[in-house]
Amino acid sequence: MPAKIRKLVVQVDEIRSEMGKTVSPPTRKALAMAVIENPYAGHYAESLDELTAIGEELGGLLGSRCVEALGIAPEQAQSYGKAAIVGEAGELEHAAAILHPKLGAPLRKAVGKGAALVPSSKKQGGIGTAVDVPLGHKDAAFVRSHFDAIEVRVPGAPRADELVVILAMSTGPRVHARVGGLKAADIAQWDGLR
Amino acid sequence: MIDIRRVFFHAEDIFHEFGPPPATPLRRGYVAGVLANPYAGRYEPDILPMMAQLNEVGIELARGLLKHMDVPAERIEGYGKGALVGGAGELEHGALWHVPGGYAMRELLGWKGDHAAAGKDGARSQPGNALAIVASAKKVAGPGATLDVPLTHINASYVRSHFDAIEARVPGAPRADELVVILAMSTGPRVHARVGGLKAADIAQWDGLR
Repeated sequence: MPAKIRKLVVQVDEIRSEMGKTVSPPTRKALAMAVIENPYAGHYAESLDELTAIGEELGGLLGSRCVEALGIAPEQAQSYGKAAIVGEAGELEHAAAILHPKLGAPLRKAVGKGAALVPSSKKQGGIGTAVDVPLGHKDAAFVRSHFDAIEVRVPGAPRADELVVILAMSTGPRVHARVGGLKAADIAQWDGLR
Repeated sequence: MIDIRRVFFHAEDIFHEFGPPPATPLRRGYVAGVLANPYAGRYEPDILPMMAQLNEVGIELARGLLKHMDVPAERIEGYGKGALVGGAGELEHGALWHVPGGYAMRELLGWKGDHAAAGKDGARSQPGNALAIVASAKKVAGPGATLDVPLTHINASYVRSHFDAIEARVPGAPRADELVVILAMSTGPRVHARVGGLKAADIAQWDGLR
């Protein structure tokens, strides 16, 4: 059963300067979100396979929407993250069913590749709930300059029987990153971590 | 010359709201530009110089929004604008956006001047697009505040199906000494509009109202 999508949202946040210091080139972050029907709202289901399939579908759809919105080649995306908000009639495990089993592979395909774990957050909430989507470097989770987060909310969603599924990407590190640690240029293990 | 510190784009497709889905989903969007407020923290009697400087900001943001909406200009049927003023500014600073924001968007969408030509029989013909005033909202607010930006039909303010609003916000902005200036567009009426009133197809006066 494909996702029943009520609303698709794409946002781009372009930061050109911070604290009076220019960011060159500007850092661009994209968010793509789908508001979907939760097929398991209001009842307990042992198998959450439908949501897992929906996760796989949305990993590709929202991943490519982010890349398109940024106007970049897939491999130019440097970091990624994901999140879901479950409406009141669902359970947190519904978000897990979407985000964790199968969403990653099509998302990685949308950004060329990606060895690192896709950082995630999830929560249950009412209409207009905001979530902070973590971002991490797509090839090495320990790259400190790319530890980041972006706050998002969809006005009017999720209703009780809905889910909001969110993917985020960035074209660069935190603006003016300068707290040391592993640099993207020094990734050497290619194990998804360092 | 005003530096835009940050640009935030939003576009959404609304497929339905639990009613029959329209053949083409409704697309709505906004752009928000985050700027330094040069008048923050003091009373400045003459703020008009900034209004002129905002013209270029308006043009850039209007073009950027249309690009992010990813539809031809002819498909834009509704518009609106707004401003958020950080806590060290005053509401009047937000009012600087009325003229540059509104006219930038109207020019882009086909405005040819206010003149609505009367024909031989007194009937008026459509002199262009974007004839209607651009509805607006503004407030003084903290970082991450939301602004409900009103949307109305671009050619006739009284078209009831196009009375709408889109909630805009930029996480982390405006800071106390910043302004967030916003433009919004939509491609059609509310997704299941059915409360009567003037229809877009019945616009006849071409005076920006009816």
